[in-house]
Amino acid sequence: MSQSRPQVKDKVLQVAGFQKEREMKGEPSKEELIHIYRVMLLTRLFDTKSLNMQRQGRIGFYVPCTGQEASQVGSAFALRRDDWTFPTYRDVGVALIRGASLRSLVAHLMGNSNDPMKGRQMPSHWGFRTINFASVASPIASHLPVAVGVAMAMKFKNEDKVVLAYHGDGATSSGDFHSAYNFAGVYKAPIVFICENNGWAISLPVQRQTASPTLSQKATAYGFEGVRVDGNDVLAVYRATAKAVDKARRGEGPTMIECLTYRLGPHSTSDDPTRYRSREEVEEWKRRDCIEIFRSFLKKEALLSDEEDSRIRKELEEELNSAIAEEEQAPRPAIESIFEDVYSSEPWNIREQFEEAKEDFSKRM
Amino acid sequence: MPTINLVQAVNQALREEMRRDERIVILGEDVGKDGGVFRATEGLYEEFGENRVIDTPLSESGIIGTAIGMAIYGLNPVPEIQFLDFIYPAFDQIVTNLAKLRYRSGGQYSCHLVVRAPYGGGIKGGHYHSQSSEAYFCHTAGLKVVIPATPYDTKGLLLSSIRDKDPVIFLEPKKIYRSVKEEVPEGEFTVPIGKAKLAREGSDVSIIAYGAMLHVALEAAETARKNGVDVEVLDLRTLIPLDIDAVLATVKKTGRVIIVHEAPKTGGFGAEIAALISEKAIEYLKGPIIRVAGYDTPFPYTLEEFYMPSVPRIMKAIDKLMQY
Ligand SMILES: Cc1ncc(C[n+]2csc(CCOP(=O)(O)OP(=O)(O)O)c2C)c(N)n1
Ligand SMILES: [Mg+2]
Repeated sequence: MSQSRPQVKDKVLQVAGFQKEREMKGEPSKEELIHIYRVMLLTRLFDTKSLNMQRQGRIGFYVPCTGQEASQVGSAFALRRDDWTFPTYRDVGVALIRGASLRSLVAHLMGNSNDPMKGRQMPSHWGFRTINFASVASPIASHLPVAVGVAMAMKFKNEDKVVLAYHGDGATSSGDFHSAYNFAGVYKAPIVFICENNGWAISLPVQRQTASPTLSQKATAYGFEGVRVDGNDVLAVYRATAKAVDKARRGEGPTMIECLTYRLGPHSTSDDPTRYRSREEVEEWKRRDCIEIFRSFLKKEALLSDEEDSRIRKELEEELNSAIAEEEQAPRPAIESIFEDVYSSEPWNIREQFEEAKEDFSKRM
Repeated sequence: MPTINLVQAVNQALREEMRRDERIVILGEDVGKDGGVFRATEGLYEEFGENRVIDTPLSESGIIGTAIGMAIYGLNPVPEIQFLDFIYPAFDQIVTNLAKLRYRSGGQYSCHLVVRAPYGGGIKGGHYHSQSSEAYFCHTAGLKVVIPATPYDTKGLLLSSIRDKDPVIFLEPKKIYRSVKEEVPEGEFTVPIGKAKLAREGSDVSIIAYGAMLHVALEAAETARKNGVDVEVLDLRTLIPLDIDAVLATVKKTGRVIIVHEAPKTGGFGAEIAALISEKAIEYLKGPIIRVAGYDTPFPYTLEEFYMPSVPRIMKAIDKLMQY
């Protein structure tokens, strides 16, 4: 079974020209379009590099996002700085467009002493408080009720902030998905759910994940709007999200946006997708690569020249390489980091265990 | 006799028993076409088809809840939870229905099934691919908890678990899925639930361990031998029902006890063993019961080798006890 081709009204990039006549507020300026492109490209370069580093044993694990950059970057671009995101392990593009530094991402993958997670979490389990990018846990969909809670608190405090909560197609089967959607609907929480329907939940195709013809229709059951967009069309994703975010900000409640996209790479560095899906399917989606689509649009509109394109790529590669080189120098976290942050202050048992451990560690270092 | 590893032992037990008993169904995430993320169910989908090897939607409560229903209606389900760390969405089903059905219905209903889940650290899995949460299940009346440490016991105990009349939580030490190999007979044999195994005889100190920690304990025992200390190692194999006779026998023999598990120390199963020993055999003890366990913190990533009980940590405990 293959992921069905998107059936959406909201095509932007495949039709000629940038549809300025749409009633969207805040269309990206030329500079912003180039910025979006840069971040998408950076996400791709980061992804490729990280996969390679894992293969070379320089990092332990990685969850690639190649193919999904448009869904990630296009949606998060619609936010204000003070809004929040609840990402998944795969959302590198969200982190980058929100302004996460390359070094902090690399440090996390290496689990070194500069890692904001202090080397405690497996790679791809990000969390950056400075950019309101909530901390990731592996159990699928466990973040969704929490995201709704943050949105409810924003409403409680009479703020006009919005939460963007990301999840996959597989996540829609979990109990937490349903709890989250129901609470969001009941309390009209200022939240927008971005469902990155990439066709697969490890080896299970979306058609066997649910008997519903679409995922977006699940929102209807909870009393709010669900829309489908071409998730490989960064501007379509942006527009749908901007509209939903505005709606949430106005106090008109949640929206679910189902981005139809595709995971071009393996589920994670531990996965071998040739066991469960065909090469043809992957090739078909490669031809609809979201970065290629956006690049040809920018070129057609004379917003990006070939020279500028290669200059951008070179710049980004240099930035990335130097971030990696710097982070590879950093030592691993100090031993005491195992014992910190369990509680706000240290109980006797942890103190005692730390004292014992210190002795053992000094012998083993 | 072919030499196989632990994950192959799981696969062999499932395959052979599925051929013998057509009521057995496997259900879980990625268990079908993919053969399971650890390949424990490899080839079963091809042999038994999608009605008996069921790739489920991503919902652990759905997996365990429906497996309970199937069991009530006479099937013999062996659901897989991809990592023990992901069992919590099904915790309600396990504690509320699975563990209590026989008791709450006055024995009218029962639901026998085996929940298989890889558990434990040592694979660089961070917080959510490393936990050893066996104590939660041991604390719930009505569940049996089985943790094999060798390929032979894995096959024999899995077959016993599938044939048992009670729900079994069957935890597979994924750190040693591939690294521990031994000769295992093809065909039918069982290892009884509720029986520990003396993995090594000794007279000075007893180490009580299970799962991946058995092998660390054996290594420590070998190191201790070089220092002239004779260490006995008891592999529990089943936590519930605990082989109390075997525990008391080794305690009475050596009078010095170390319990090793990678789960956090506080409230871990070691505490239960220590309490039982002090209730039933305190007069035989020459020194304190020492637990070498995971720390009372979530499971770390970069520094996991320092978190897991290690040979040096066990050696320290042995040295301490030998002063008594
Ligand atoms: C509760 C839970 N069960 C199982 C897993 C193992 N697992 C990790 S990712 C995944 C599939 C997720 O699919 P989807 O929601 O579509 O997200 P994607 O990985 O495609 O981005 C599974 C089953 C998990 N992390 N959490
Ligand atoms: Mg998916």
